[in-house]
Amino acid sequence: MPFLTGLYAFLFYFAALVLVSGLTYKVVQYSRTPAPLRIPTTPAPTTSSGVVLRMTREVVLFESLFRANKWTWIFGWLFHFGLFLVTLRHLRYFLNPVPAVIEFIQPFGIYAGFAMVVGLVGLWARRFLVDRVRYISSPGDHLMLALLLLIAASGLLMSFLLHTDIVSVKTFFLGLYHFDLRPLPADPVLLLHIALVAVLMIIFPYSKLLHAPGLFFSPTRNQVDDSRERRLVAPWASRFERP
Amino acid sequence: MAKATFEVPVLSQYPDVPAVTPGTMAGSAPFLSKPEFQAPLGFPGELVENWQERAIEKMGELLTRYRSLRVYMDACVKCGACTDKCHYFLGTKDPKNMPVGRQDLMRKVYRRYFTLAGRLFPNLVGAQDLTREVLDEWYSYFHQCSQCRRCSVFCPYGIDTAEISMAAREIMDCIGVGQKYCNEIIAKVYRVGNNLGLPGPALVDTLEGLEEDVFDETGVRVRYPIDEVGAEILMVTPSADFFAEPHVDGLIGYGKVFHEAGVSWTFSSYASEAANFGMFIGSYENMHRLSQRIREEAIRLKVKRIVFGECGHAWRVGYSFLNTLAGPWDFLDPRYPVPQHICEFTHDLILQGRLKFDKTQNDDKVLTFHDSCNVARASRMGDTPGGQFEIPRAIIRATCNHFYDMDEETIRDRTFCCGGGGGLLTDDLIELRVKGAKPRMEALNNVMQEKGVTHMAAICAICKSQFTKVLPFYGMEMDQIVSLHQLVSNAIVLTPGADDGDEDDDDDGATDSALTPGDEDDDAAD
Repeated sequence: MPFLTGLYAFLFYFAALVLVSGLTYKVVQYSRTPAPLRIPTTPAPTTSSGVVLRMTREVVLFESLFRANKWTWIFGWLFHFGLFLVTLRHLRYFLNPVPAVIEFIQPFGIYAGFAMVVGLVGLWARRFLVDRVRYISSPGDHLMLALLLLIAASGLLMSFLLHTDIVSVKTFFLGLYHFDLRPLPADPVLLLHIALVAVLMIIFPYSKLLHAPGLFFSPTRNQVDDSRERRLVAPWASRFERP
Repeated sequence: MAKATFEVPVLSQYPDVPAVTPGTMAGSAPFLSKPEFQAPLGFPGELVENWQERAIEKMGELLTRYRSLRVYMDACVKCGACTDKCHYFLGTKDPKNMPVGRQDLMRKVYRRYFTLAGRLFPNLVGAQDLTREVLDEWYSYFHQCSQCRRCSVFCPYGIDTAEISMAAREIMDCIGVGQKYCNEIIAKVYRVGNNLGLPGPALVDTLEGLEEDVFDETGVRVRYPIDEVGAEILMVTPSADFFAEPHVDGLIGYGKVFHEAGVSWTFSSYASEAANFGMFIGSYENMHRLSQRIREEAIRLKVKRIVFGECGHAWRVGYSFLNTLAGPWDFLDPRYPVPQHICEFTHDLILQGRLKFDKTQNDDKVLTFHDSCNVARASRMGDTPGGQFEIPRAIIRATCNHFYDMDEETIRDRTFCCGGGGGLLTDDLIELRVKGAKPRMEALNNVMQEKGVTHMAAICAICKSQFTKVLPFYGMEMDQIVSLHQLVSNAIVLTPGADDGDEDDDDDGATDSALTPGDEDDDAAD
């Protein structure tokens, strides 16, 4: 299948390029944009280590969302934690030899796939059932959920019903590292699965998926509450300084 | 007193989230600022010819100036966590008053002009051109945000609608679409020195009158000095404190606390205003210019410390921004933070056992405390996070026998806005103010029913003015809202000075009542 292999090889090179360069561009843009005034949402930590702790709780436990809405938190957390484990599990297709941690995580990764689906279905249901969330949902929001759900479903399908030749899959991806194109199995479910993943990688830097890097740059969360002790003057604001 | 031309919401015992009812507040907009109020702030007088181009250009500039705006435009996933958190949505049912709904008014324009997806597939991602209709929506709904930041508490990414509404207002000001209430007040500060346009001599008269009143009532000569060079403390307070009720009772309390502390202090007739409406319109330049006045007076009066009175957003600007805007403050006494809040000052004295209280003086009241949003979610008091919640409560407990908090979901960092903050305390927005107060009124009503609460204390001039006006709409009394330092003032046991036996016949000072306007405290507040 040289055509398919070539097409998918190109797709993944392109997707990786867009993902990495797009995200790098955004992260550099965020970090270069000044935050001229202290605006942490208080009560806020008064030390940097306190901020690290606050951010860790936000990233790992979704603390603010927990306070906001329990249903959204349950489904959101199930989806993200599931995605995290599934991603770790998939590292076995990209690493050789496979690290022991990744070996260990394999069985959990399967259940995590189901957690992802449950989370996504719950999040999607809210977009129909809760009138406020229905009001704010745009076609893009539905498409994003559809994309993720299709990825999860096609993945689970391959795990349980329509197995594919995972050894060839791994050979294909490892080959990409050295521009050595190895044949990809022509299973429709596999081709759909990885094509959608490539699409996800491509739209990541241009979509609401930017919430992932954005969280780390949110001034209301990542600033230390020390404005009386430490003076801050942004470069563009320094022209207001007295001579 | 209140005669409403709209339906006042019915209070319920349990908070209910209304069904979204689009467009209920589409007709609500404040008066436009006239050219003479725009010019002193550095803005065009009326809508400029190429406004669309200028607005997009300004938006691009703000995106490079503020990381908050840049990140918040990108990061929202429409999860809905904020949708039931805004008091204006809860009170008006208008979905454009849901934080995400309000933000999206700007986000759809951002997408159209600043993102690839919005340029290529506007319909898919909800991107839209900046049309006259969109501008009108901006004007309506960005003036239905009190910048209270309650949404930022609950957003998983900390997206703060206040930052977005500030940016929107700055963009509108820059194309000549300003809001009258805010801009007129800022112009007045530049011209006269305070929000109310009170000239120096009127302040001097008012303070002399207060000295006499306090002496008549207590037999102790408590001083209320102004423009005294060499005083240790410069006291900066919202100008409403100089005469409006119940604000002035708090100001009387400040003087009594300073008297007991035995420190010299002074107001300034030039920096006679703590409020900084530059923040409400998102203008760094104006915020900076307003803050400089405090620095100039601290230098001129040769003070060693700066203390802020009871004003929510003034405290935010003071606590969070003053160091940046008007520092460094290295010429002041380094033993004290700059600035200090009057509550921190009073609380320190209480901890040192230097204040004596007769709590029974407040026994006619059963109290609750309203956390003001700018204090609660955008500042701190004392050394530890959350001091802004604990210190005012500690002062109430020290001065009153009966205190009950409102429901946990409605206090501290989850507090509900009074409904009048963020530059909305104007009669043209009264429907919004009444409806926006609903969640707070419900929580208050519940503790009134369950605990017999009679009064609510607050430490923000806007809150006090707003409640004075709004309480009657809900069948309550306007004097149920009190200043926190009014409680201190009632209970404090004053130490007589050496000359307090002498009767002073110098009775030429005007009393504060001569300055108190009738029903117009809105324009006066803060």
